[in-house]
Amino acid sequence: MAQTKRDLLIDPLVDNNPITLQVLGICSALAVTSSLEVSMVMALAVTAVTGFSSMFISVLRNQIPGSIRIIVQMVIIASLVIIVDQVLKAYAYEVSKTLSVFVGLIITNCIVMGRAEAFAMKNPPIDSFVDGVGNGLGYGALLLTVGFIRELFGAGTLFGFTILPTVNNGGWYVPNGMLLLPPSAFFIIGLLIWAVRSWKPGQVEEREYKIQVVEGH
Amino acid sequence: MSDVPNQNKGPIARFLAAPPDSVGKTIFIAVTLCLVASMIVSATSVALRPLQEQNKLKDKQANVLQVAGLYEDGMDVIEGFSVFEPQVLELETGMFTDAFDAASFDDRAAASDPELSVRLTNDPAGIGRQAQFVTVYLLRNDDGSLDKVILPIHGYGLWSTLYGFIALEENGNDIFGLQFYDHGETPGLGAEIDNPRWKAQWNGKKLADDDGTLQITVAKSAPPAGADHHVDALAGATLTSVGVDNLVRFWMGEAGFAPFLENLKAGEI
Repeated sequence: MAQTKRDLLIDPLVDNNPITLQVLGICSALAVTSSLEVSMVMALAVTAVTGFSSMFISVLRNQIPGSIRIIVQMVIIASLVIIVDQVLKAYAYEVSKTLSVFVGLIITNCIVMGRAEAFAMKNPPIDSFVDGVGNGLGYGALLLTVGFIRELFGAGTLFGFTILPTVNNGGWYVPNGMLLLPPSAFFIIGLLIWAVRSWKPGQVEEREYKIQVVEGH
Repeated sequence: MSDVPNQNKGPIARFLAAPPDSVGKTIFIAVTLCLVASMIVSATSVALRPLQEQNKLKDKQANVLQVAGLYEDGMDVIEGFSVFEPQVLELETGMFTDAFDAASFDDRAAASDPELSVRLTNDPAGIGRQAQFVTVYLLRNDDGSLDKVILPIHGYGLWSTLYGFIALEENGNDIFGLQFYDHGETPGLGAEIDNPRWKAQWNGKKLADDDGTLQITVAKSAPPAGADHHVDALAGATLTSVGVDNLVRFWMGEAGFAPFLENLKAGEI
């Protein structure tokens, strides 16, 4: 499988998107996408963690004992997440308050573990870094799309700036309050997965079972 | 991988070439990795602490401004905060004390200092130790008369201790506002205590009825004392709501600010 670095970076954006194709990392995607700013910080945080954890794990890949490899990966990922959390608290305090537990929960984000185990353990550091960043960006792209829809139609703003003046503030737009609640992200992500798979039918999984007409009773 | 026999390599190269699954190497990797990771994590934490503390202080001041209805987006928090007059209050007597510098008094450190705090036996707010001294913030009118008092409150919710402020009018009974600035409740459920619409409910509520009995309640339906004393509980966050109810009643009660509020009503402040 000879993938160029460009493929490693671009592939996860649409063709092999961790959310729409692999359906990983849904939990945080539901929780943090109610505003664009928070989605963006979360996307950057996850990208940094997947990129660097993949790189460090790949550097150590020939030395990591198989029996404790998951723990070793977790230690590296967890350390990076704590560092990201501390940096956010120091430089983006407001956003870190909104993200609250979800930064810590990057540790359990399947995308990070998935890349570490599936890619970084078998590939050289630079490739792993690029792959991690690509997957982080794929996750981020979806987060931003969902965040864009939810903030625009849920609150009438983008990055906090008013786009559609809402009725409460003397405008004309009646915001759809449900878009600010986590369940709406389910619908949006579901519709996005449908849209991507209609555009690229190759992503549709084969049915595991089929209803058949049985002849001759 | 290589044909060079092990004897010709240095100790490090020999170690690196050793099979990773040997017991010695497994233990070595585990210990080294944990040491390195913990050192990096503690170094980051120590290096960034001053900035984080500053953010926390600013956030707390912004919250005092918000609860007093003085906050505007993009304002200079430190400058805006200077309108408040901080005072250290002795809870038991309800009088201000000059024993501490109000600008630098640390309420949280005082609550864990055995000299300055007591272990509570009756502890509905779930705070364990209560400091005998707390910092309160006074807001005065231009003529020097009292406009509002901002009192710190805290107590246990579902997962975490909620830290907040309650702003009272000068009569010591009408609530102007209440808000929490530090908590770890569930986002979307308990964390809805940050929701402006929920917080707005507190505005205009009264702590006690005409007889002076503490009546303020956070509950699903209005208490017998009437809607003036009722704040609607949060749907899906029963335990957080109960926690808020307990802590507000605790801090407004005898063990909390009641002596101070008595003094306030008597015009002694």
